[in-house]
Amino acid sequence: MTSPLEQKKIKLSGPSMVTANRTWDGAVIYRTSKQGWSTELPDAAVVRTSDEARALLAESVADDVGAIGAYIAPVEVADTGKVGPGNLREQIRSAGLTIDVPVPAQA
Amino acid sequence: MPLVKKNAGIVNDLFVHVADGAELPGDSAILISAARFLEDPETLSKRAGKTGVIWPNNRDLDDLVPYLDRLAAVALVFPSFRDGRAYSQARLLRERHGFEGELRATGQVLRDQFVFMLRAGFDAFEVKKQSDAEAFASTAKRYSVFYQPTGDGRVTALNRRMQLRHSESAGQ
Amino acid sequence: MYAYDELDRTLINERVSEFRDQVKRRLSGELTEDEFKMLRLQNGVYLQLHAYMFRVAIPYGTLSTKQLHALAHVARKWDRGYGHFTTRQNIQYNWIKLAELPDALEYLAGVGIHAMQTSGNNTRNVTSDQWAGVAPGEIEDPRIWSEILRQYTTLHPEFSFLPRKFKFAITASDHDRAAIKIHDIGLRLHKNADGETGFEVLVGGGLGRTPFIAKTIKPFVHGRDLLSYVEAILRVYNQYGRRDNIYKARIKILVHELGIEKFAREVEEEWKAMDDSALTLENSVIEEIRSRFSYPAYEKLPHMPDELKQAAHDPKFEAWRKNSVFPHKVQGYAIVTLSLKPVGGPPGDATADQMDAIADLAQKYSFGEIRVGHEQNLVLPHVAKRDLPVLWKALDRLGVATPNVNLVTDIIACPGLDYCSLANARSIPIAQELTRRFANHETANLIGRLHINISGCINACGHHHVGHIGILGVEKNGEEFYQITIGGRADENAQMGTLIGPSVPYAEVADVIEDIVEAYLALRDRPEELFVDTVKRLGVEPFKERVYATR
Repeated sequence: MTSPLEQKKIKLSGPSMVTANRTWDGAVIYRTSKQGWSTELPDAAVVRTSDEARALLAESVADDVGAIGAYIAPVEVADTGKVGPGNLREQIRSAGLTIDVPVPAQA
Repeated sequence: MPLVKKNAGIVNDLFVHVADGAELPGDSAILISAARFLEDPETLSKRAGKTGVIWPNNRDLDDLVPYLDRLAAVALVFPSFRDGRAYSQARLLRERHGFEGELRATGQVLRDQFVFMLRAGFDAFEVKKQSDAEAFASTAKRYSVFYQPTGDGRVTALNRRMQLRHSESAGQ
Repeated sequence: MYAYDELDRTLINERVSEFRDQVKRRLSGELTEDEFKMLRLQNGVYLQLHAYMFRVAIPYGTLSTKQLHALAHVARKWDRGYGHFTTRQNIQYNWIKLAELPDALEYLAGVGIHAMQTSGNNTRNVTSDQWAGVAPGEIEDPRIWSEILRQYTTLHPEFSFLPRKFKFAITASDHDRAAIKIHDIGLRLHKNADGETGFEVLVGGGLGRTPFIAKTIKPFVHGRDLLSYVEAILRVYNQYGRRDNIYKARIKILVHELGIEKFAREVEEEWKAMDDSALTLENSVIEEIRSRFSYPAYEKLPHMPDELKQAAHDPKFEAWRKNSVFPHKVQGYAIVTLSLKPVGGPPGDATADQMDAIADLAQKYSFGEIRVGHEQNLVLPHVAKRDLPVLWKALDRLGVATPNVNLVTDIIACPGLDYCSLANARSIPIAQELTRRFANHETANLIGRLHINISGCINACGHHHVGHIGILGVEKNGEEFYQITIGGRADENAQMGTLIGPSVPYAEVADVIEDIVEAYLALRDRPEELFVDTVKRLGVEPFKERVYATR
């Protein structure tokens, strides 16, 4: 997926969210609609217009102490309303590695 | 923006930044742009008051070098703290051209570059943040070991080792 | 093994204490991320997809037993129990917390390990041949010079904010295992007609968006002039390297835009203007550094010990010995490569348990020393041949004795989209599938030496440009696709690979590689002709035909 670090213009391809990493430990976080962050993707606020996205991103970026690297990412919204990842990158960020990590041998 | 001088801490700035079109204030100490200085360097470098030149970081020093011994100060620029060209300029001014006047760091000057700047030869700092200016003295002492020789007179680690070796063998 | 003295240790400790203060000021908000980012990069701390990534320096790929135990401890205590060895001889941890980093760094400082300048626009790890000091025919140990350069480049006040990153590599053997031709400065140690030690200096190598092979700027720089000459190059780069566009900021672009002759003149002019007496390396200083390198007290051992003769009846041992054991300059000893490329495993990873066990084995069988290779394997550089059978059993139990070194399943891969925020596509699962397809050792041996390199994006951390087969992940309409190149080389005959055709989707990559290998087996003029030489002889066309005939 083209790295969102290369994002310049805000142009939504569909419903989107703002996501970042938590400053103190690097955990993946999602901007909620309550001016806060959650570690669960389903809690992410969904934006549908460039203006909404811009505003959500601005308030996210303003939290420089709590979060770093905020960017706009695509989501999929199921019929039930549940928010899910909109591309492989966000899938990996929310669900984890697609590979098995080396597991320390059992003693 | 506080001015910090090496070994003196936060001081009043004796130099006045004079904009390009503005009149020079009598015999005051002034800092003027390179462009302005080079319009009439002979006159400007000989004026009664102290003259300092702000030299851009993307320009060779050659045009400035002939006047160095008459200048009280040279101000170099860090447009972003990540742009390290002024470190090279500083070292060249001090070590190759023997400049002994005030060498001032301007632009985005932050605490975490103080040690590098001192080592490169800067002795005056237009510090962006008050808290950084206040922390200057303690920050300057952060490091006691230096690997590379620069014009700051500090003995490098390599030389200290050699000295230790010699004194060890001398003591035998 | 270089022994840090009090001065070296003091510097590392001072750095740790500075970083602890910087982290504190970041977490309190006194430093913004914009101000902090460069500072954390200068201590090897990246932000990745899931978490921070922490890159620890392993200078010229040399570790002691104690140090490897410490790396294991960091993995266990502050990470998720494993680490990844990189193409620049460093180690990376993928789950570290910023708030805990100062503690991890302080712990590592206790064994002389640091993370200075493993990232950022400064001078990075000075890498070298993982067989330095033990390779037969080596002119002299290049690590002496790597250490001299390491010290010179560490916290250099003039060169800590370069236009972009800057990488050095040194080789002292005819066969270049350090890939010097793809580095910003590559150094080939050799002796002149008078028998004096010096360097052929090459500049402007690098991969990424605009790959270049380094060019010779000066055929011989005397050892005593190494630092002053390097300073001249860095000063020219610092002043004239582009800062307007990060994709054009490496020295390779400056060398390309000026031309090597003009660039060489600029450097020569700067060098002549320098009062280089301060940087001239006196013999006494070089010898001082050399004296801090300790070498094993090798025994006088027979060329063919009984233990080896007896073990020869074990086909599994023999398969491993023939593949992973290399000649040593001292009779009776061997260089042993530990494959971190198990079938189905992520290339270059080791668990904390493995690291501890390898550290102990190094203590017992390798005079307490381990090396890290840029091909992401480990090396035990001083193994007595009589110990090979017992060592092998232990390595096999640990899962680091897959006899695939330099073969098709000895894949170099970047972390890719599973970990890295720069990536366009995943690389590890591609590597895993390939190791499964070619798991059969007979097949792998039949194919012979074949280097596959996988990068998940154009930044080329997997060095795909110089792979015999290079695989580059790209994105097309939200899907993972891969471009395949063949015929690249990273050694003294370094060259970039050639694209064979349009990119192929994720699910087809392993099939394509199988087709390429089948084509090679059919086309080679004799079994000893390596894949890369068949490509050289026949060009890309026959491979392209085979791959795209049905696609």
